[in-house]
Amino acid sequence: MSRAVSRATPMRRRKSALAATVLAAAALACHAIGAQAAPATFEDSMAQRVLACTGCHGPQGRAAPDGYYPRIAGKPPVYLYNQLLNFRDGRRRYALMNALLAPLSDAYLREIAAHFSSLDVAYPPPQPPQAGADIVERGRRLVHEGDPARRVPACVQCHGTAMMGVAPSIPGLLGLPRDYLNAQLGAWRQGARRAQAPDCMAQVAQSLSPEDIGAVSAWLASQPAQGKPATGLPHALPLACGGVDAGALGTKEGS
Amino acid sequence: MTARRVALAVVLMALVAAVLVYMLNMRDEQAPTRAPVATSEDAIARGLYLTRAGDCIGCHTARGGAPYAGGRGVETPFGTVYASNLTPDAETGLGRWSADDFWRALHNGRARDGRLLYPAFPYPNYTRVTRADADAMYAYLRSLPAVRQPNHPHDLRFPFDLQAALAVWRALFFEPGVYRDDPSRDARWNRGAYLVEGLGHCNACHSRRNVLGAPSGPLDLAGGLIPVQNWYAPSLTAADEASVSGWDVRDVVALLRDGISARGMVMGPMSEVVLNSTQHLTSDDLAAIAQFLQALPPAPVAPRLASDAKAARREAEARGARLYGERCAGCHGERGEGVPRAYPALAGSRPVTMSSSANLVHIVLEGGFPPSTAGNPRPFGMPPFATFLSNDDVSDLLSHIRGAWGNRAAPVSPLDVARYRDTGRP
Repeated sequence: MSRAVSRATPMRRRKSALAATVLAAAALACHAIGAQAAPATFEDSMAQRVLACTGCHGPQGRAAPDGYYPRIAGKPPVYLYNQLLNFRDGRRRYALMNALLAPLSDAYLREIAAHFSSLDVAYPPPQPPQAGADIVERGRRLVHEGDPARRVPACVQCHGTAMMGVAPSIPGLLGLPRDYLNAQLGAWRQGARRAQAPDCMAQVAQSLSPEDIGAVSAWLASQPAQGKPATGLPHALPLACGGVDAGALGTKEGS
Repeated sequence: MTARRVALAVVLMALVAAVLVYMLNMRDEQAPTRAPVATSEDAIARGLYLTRAGDCIGCHTARGGAPYAGGRGVETPFGTVYASNLTPDAETGLGRWSADDFWRALHNGRARDGRLLYPAFPYPNYTRVTRADADAMYAYLRSLPAVRQPNHPHDLRFPFDLQAALAVWRALFFEPGVYRDDPSRDARWNRGAYLVEGLGHCNACHSRRNVLGAPSGPLDLAGGLIPVQNWYAPSLTAADEASVSGWDVRDVVALLRDGISARGMVMGPMSEVVLNSTQHLTSDDLAAIAQFLQALPPAPVAPRLASDAKAARREAEARGARLYGERCAGCHGERGEGVPRAYPALAGSRPVTMSSSANLVHIVLEGGFPPSTAGNPRPFGMPPFATFLSNDDVSDLLSHIRGAWGNRAAPVSPLDVARYRDTGRP
């Protein structure tokens, strides 16, 4: 074959290059279809068991392209576990999730959470800012400083200085699309999304105006996400949060 | 004069009917025994077991709520009936109920204050339960922590919200009576019958209900579409649906205990039954249930209409086969062969080929897991496709699956898919 190519005229060479390109494209297309249909060979692994999750949340839980199903890969394990419990027990409402998780045990949900938490998948580049510079700046200020006059804590007080979350129970807020952040903060503000009591995030969201939420989401979505959740916070949490073991956060002011 | 006589006759007949309805409603009412209630660990443990056999927790616990504190709405074609608080709270639960009161609820379908109870609480089945078992269940419920949670009023349409309408329903369709052993059968069969007809209340789903919501009797297990949820509870007597006659008893026991066996797995509402109820039953009781189910008189297998409109379906079949290759073959196999204990085979599968396509549509759209049980703690799951596949897609896909690899079932129309989409979710 290689000899045939070496003896080929330039015209023939172009033809075989074209053929190779077509073949490669065909192989790629086959691969794409294969990826859609899940692994061709069965293996008894967690990845195989949770194909029910990655169907919507994307391969390895890296998020769906439409921005509606969030990334779950690499989030803190207790945060993911709490969300699975919230869906199973009806504190969060999304019919498909509620029904899917209904017959699963605490132990299995914990294992599913640990599986996705352990995946180290690169983040996509951030979205270009989708709001005016003044709005994005207002978002940045709320994230870093909060609004002491209205007793709104800064996001970084809980979600970490880098906003990548704090292991094992506080999620990062970077690497999420603006629409998703808007939808979740709005749902929290209206009581459609809940967490275990005391529901600290509900208190925070209810102290935000829709304009605040839009600004915060615009800034967060425009920031690059990288790295892992922090291992501790510099100060104690400003609010008590259900499902968050403040002792396990390793705050320097702890105890 | 004649008009007056007619009026008199009508009034008299109404009176007779009312008395008849009243008398039929008071059948088998028993004088209170005021017997002391057992509070031993043993009685409580037995009560827990029986309460699980009855899946009481399934309705009497709101999603994420305190166990047995009530509040879950059971949707019916007549409105929503809210399950009551069974914890021993004096104000809002069973705190003031005696064992006699509890017995009357289970056996006669009447509350402590004499009100008639709605048969969404399956007392037409629970009336088969013995007094000794009822007392053990009462002892167990008394041992629970009291939860103060007022009952949610029912939300029923007129005239179903009237006690008088309920009295007529009961006169027609409810007859109290404890299960009596059939002396022509052995003890194990009788135990199975007692559990299936009584606490198991299997026919609450596995039978067709009439227009007034009544199943034809506790022995009718010929399958039916569950109202509102729109999942099809397959016939337990039909060889082409979910009859287990001819199965190895161990496979029946495994299915009810683990949610999965060599013969298949449970999904949808049955997943919840295994999770809350049957996984907790002893192997002896499960074997008794299996023996009873295997001895059910087989239903005649309905002849299938030959699906001859093949030419018209060819294009749809091609689309269906392509969708199958893209979406399903990775797990269920190129030839629908499945993977043992993970992904069910679709070739030669009764859930695939049975006449109702309701469950197939639900499973494709909503996905699902079999229940986490001791025997299958980490089940493999099926992703939901509701957001990826249109009604036409699901129709083509299911028609392909129902006609491929030797399967010979009728195609599924996009209208069928539309009918079951967005129903039956919690």
